Parts: sequence; structure tokens; C-alpha cells
Amino acid sequence: MDPRIPNPVRSAIEHSGRDDTVIVNIGPSHPATHGTVQIIAELDAEKVLRVDVHCGYLHRGFEKECEVHTWHNLIPYVDRLNYCSALINDFAYCDAVERLMGVEITPRCRVLRTLLAEYSRIADHLTCIAAALMELGAMTAFLYLVTIRDQIYEHLAAVTGARVTYSFGRIGGLAADLPEGWLVRLEQILVDFEEFTGRVHKLVDRNRIFIDRMRGVGTLTTAQAIDLGVTGPLLRSTGAARDLRKDTPYLAYADLDFEVPVGIQGDNYDRYYVRMREMDESIHMIRQLVDMLPEGPVCVDDRRCSFPDKAAVYTQIEALINHFKLVMDGPEVPAGEIYTAHEGANGELGFYLVSTGGGRPYKLHVRSPSFVHMGAAGLMLEGYQLADVVPTFGSINMIGGECDR
Amino acid sequence: MGTDPLATLAQALPAEGASLSAGRDMPILQLAPERLLEVVRLLKLQHGFDMLSDLTAIDWLGQTPRFEVVWHLYGTDHHRRLRIKTRVTEADPTVDSLVGIHGAARFMERECHDMYGIRFRGNEDLRPILLYEGFEGHPLRKDYPIDREQPLVALRE
Repeated sequence: MDPRIPNPVRSAIEHSGRDDTVIVNIGPSHPATHGTVQIIAELDAEKVLRVDVHCGYLHRGFEKECEVHTWHNLIPYVDRLNYCSALINDFAYCDAVERLMGVEITPRCRVLRTLLAEYSRIADHLTCIAAALMELGAMTAFLYLVTIRDQIYEHLAAVTGARVTYSFGRIGGLAADLPEGWLVRLEQILVDFEEFTGRVHKLVDRNRIFIDRMRGVGTLTTAQAIDLGVTGPLLRSTGAARDLRKDTPYLAYADLDFEVPVGIQGDNYDRYYVRMREMDESIHMIRQLVDMLPEGPVCVDDRRCSFPDKAAVYTQIEALINHFKLVMDGPEVPAGEIYTAHEGANGELGFYLVSTGGGRPYKLHVRSPSFVHMGAAGLMLEGYQLADVVPTFGSINMIGGECDR
Repeated sequence: MGTDPLATLAQALPAEGASLSAGRDMPILQLAPERLLEVVRLLKLQHGFDMLSDLTAIDWLGQTPRFEVVWHLYGTDHHRRLRIKTRVTEADPTVDSLVGIHGAARFMERECHDMYGIRFRGNEDLRPILLYEGFEGHPLRKDYPIDREQPLVALRE
């Protein structure tokens, strides 16, 4: 390394106590770590003895930046937390602001947000499983899953206008209603999804190589997981049926019939299987939501947060001023604090907002599952082989955007 | 357990240095810093608050004490949440570390130390985590200018 460039990290593993071990750097830029993360590992031949996980390479001052923008301006920012399922971030953030303002969203918006959140969860899980399988050499399974993910991205682009970062949530509603024929195409994609994941199940589930690589690797017990704050599919893979959608229902989850899939021993195989089963449950939920989707507006009629009709903005002075104030000053959020947690694709996604009144947050803190999971990653890597780092890290599904903020 | 969890909780807490109030989203427990370890251990062992969800701080610039450290606890069995708050001064922003009770605190305290300069007594590993070694100041403090740049590698001309 160029001596003029100081090392950004101080490793916890400076010296190995033994003369038969070696310390290696994995990352921060490594083809097998999707996301810039650095793992400093002490190896005894192929065995990982100790690891020191460093994240933060994608830190961009998200929380600081939030303090100087209006509540509405933050929606594109929160999109870029977990960019594999950006809509879940959008809705969790909007929900937090709405609770602070005391805004009740419309029934149609509630169902649509739930539907789109589950749709995003499928896209996120597909990304995670596809990448994890590809790293083990399962190229066919990768292509099957990414084919479906691309259909979902295109389909989400038809409603939101973007493939990955949608900026689709609004405080008090959504940016738009569904376009004509969207639900018809949705059902076609769900049928395709079942066809393609069925093939992946056949290719992978009982595959000797896959089982040998995944079974009993990167295990975590329920007690360890809870102690380390691990949530989401990682916690459920240990056998604990903990899901915020069931435990503290929000949006329309209380009205839905779904199961919480759990694993047995909290290893890589269980994490793979829990994610596959969760996608099935999401499909089941989406079909129920399509059936119960009520008619009506998607945005609340509340002048504190919803933008007035464009036609009215051009013709009425009140609507024009309302629009101007919402853009320039932002929605007025009363003083107070709130912590709202949604079940993100990776676990508990929490927004802690502090307002002192006015159009900008005084403080905004994101409880991101990936960051907390990085704190548990060491435990899942130590004691296994160097080659296991790749599938274990893949099954944690660390997303740099939300981890480093 | 009684019928009202809030009342049961209030009875179990020490008489001094702890005050419980009903917040809009969850109960809020104001603690004196020296009560922290004792109360968090009690909450974990006897009241089922077994997961530390979140840890952060708020910089109330201009008030004394200046910083407010905020913990969010969650009970994975009873699904209730609790917010713990304590104030620390600018001169000595130190609170006890929760690493002995909740393993999740290890990383969260590192982040909070990075961002606000809160020191956690008992956490041996407060190396920078989101920032880099040698970063000056604590960026989420209100007196840290948002446009201040500290590039590790000099920017190109």
C-alpha cells in the first residue's frame, strides 16, 4: 500500500499469537463480498480462527443530510438504504412520519403499500438467494431467479417509473395509483415465479454439493441471535417464529392469513430455505391483497402533507400556496419522537424520528438490520473454513446502503 | 404479571433515579446514568426485554446536560417496546456500556461513539466503525458543519 495513504481501519487482529497462523484481508473490494465490507481473518491453514469485520465504506452521512432536508425530500434518500427492496424503506419511513403527524392513510393505500412491500420482499429474497447460489457455482439457478427478479423490476417500473429506487411513497399516501392492467400482469408474474422457483427447488434442495456446503455452516442459536439483536430471516432460521408482521401488526398484515416459516438449526441451509418459504408466503399474501383491494383514493385529503391536484394548483390561489408551502417548507410535523419498526426483507427496519416542530427533522436515526447483523457476522464465520466465508456472508445478505448509511 | 404492564414495571423500578411515563408509541423510562446497568439487567431478566433493538443519542445543543442517549428495548416474547433515556454532559459524555447484558450493544456503541462522541464505560472496542481511523470530530453533533470535508486521500486537482 502507498505509505502516503493512511490505513482507514485499525485491525483488532494485529498479531497472531501463534507462528502457524496467517492474517489475511478479505475485501473491502472483493468479488465475493457483494458490498464493500472488509473481513480481516486469522487463518490456521483453511480454518478461520478469528475475524474482525469492518463496514462503513459506503458511509455517506445519511443521517446528517436528513437534518437539513424537508420530510418529503427524504423519501429518495431512504430509498437508497436497502436498494434491493426500496419500497419497504419508503413505507416504513412514511409510516413513521404519519404516526408523528397523526395522519391515517386511506384503506386503498394501506392495502397497496402492503402488496408492494411484499412484492419488494420477493425481489430482495430473490437477489439474496440468486447471488448466494451463484457464488457456489449454481449459475442456472441464478439465471432462473434473476429472470423473475427482472420481470418484477420491469413490473414495478410500470407503476413507479423506476426499476430499483422508486421514490414512490408519499407522506399520507403514494405517488400514484396502479396503472391499467397492472394486476393482470401481476398474476402472470406470480405464476412464472412459482414455475421458476419450483425448478430452483429441484436443482438445489437435495443437491449433495449444496447441502455439503450449506448444512451446519455458519450456525447461530436462538439465544445468540436474540442477544446480538439479530432479526428477520436470520433469527427465524434459528427456529424462533419472530416476525414483526405477526407480532406487532402494521399496515394490513393483521387482516392477512400467513405463516411464519422457521428453520431448525440456524445454518446457511436454513437461511436459504426460510427465504424461499417466505417468498411463498408473500405470494399467498399478495393474492389475498389483490382480492381485498378496496376502491378509493390513494392519498389522504389532508392539506398538511398531501399535494393538491395539479389542476387546482394552476387555477386556485389557495392550492397554489399550499403546494408552494409543502415544497419550500415541507410538511409541518409536530414536536415529538417516534420509533417505528417494519419487518424489512433482512429484519427489523426501524426509524427513530425526533421533531421539534417545523418542516425538517431534528434527528433521524435508522435502525438498519444489516448493521446489527454485521455485529453478529463474526460469530457465524469463526471456526469454519475460509471457503465458508462466501456462502455465510451471502446468506446474511448485508446491504451496504443500509448498513453504512 | 399484573394486568397493566406499565404499572407492574413502574412498581419494580428503583424509587430514585427512574421515572416511567407513557409515550405516544411506547413507555419512556428516564434514568439517572448510574442506574442504567441495574435497571437494564432487571428489565432483561424479570420483564422479558431481551433484545436491544437500537441505540442512539440526541444532541440538544444549548441545553445542559447536552446529550441524551436513547436505547430501544424489545421483548421478543411479549412484543412490547421500551425506550430508555439518560442525559450526559458535554464535559464528560460517559455512560455505562451494555455489552455485558446485550451483545448487540458492541457494534451500536461503536457507532454512537463515532457519531456523537459518547463514551461507553466497559466497551473496550470503541474503534471507528462507520468512520475511519483519524477522523476528527463527531459528525452528528449539531456543531459539526455539514459541509466540512476530511478526505483520507487528497482530492485530485
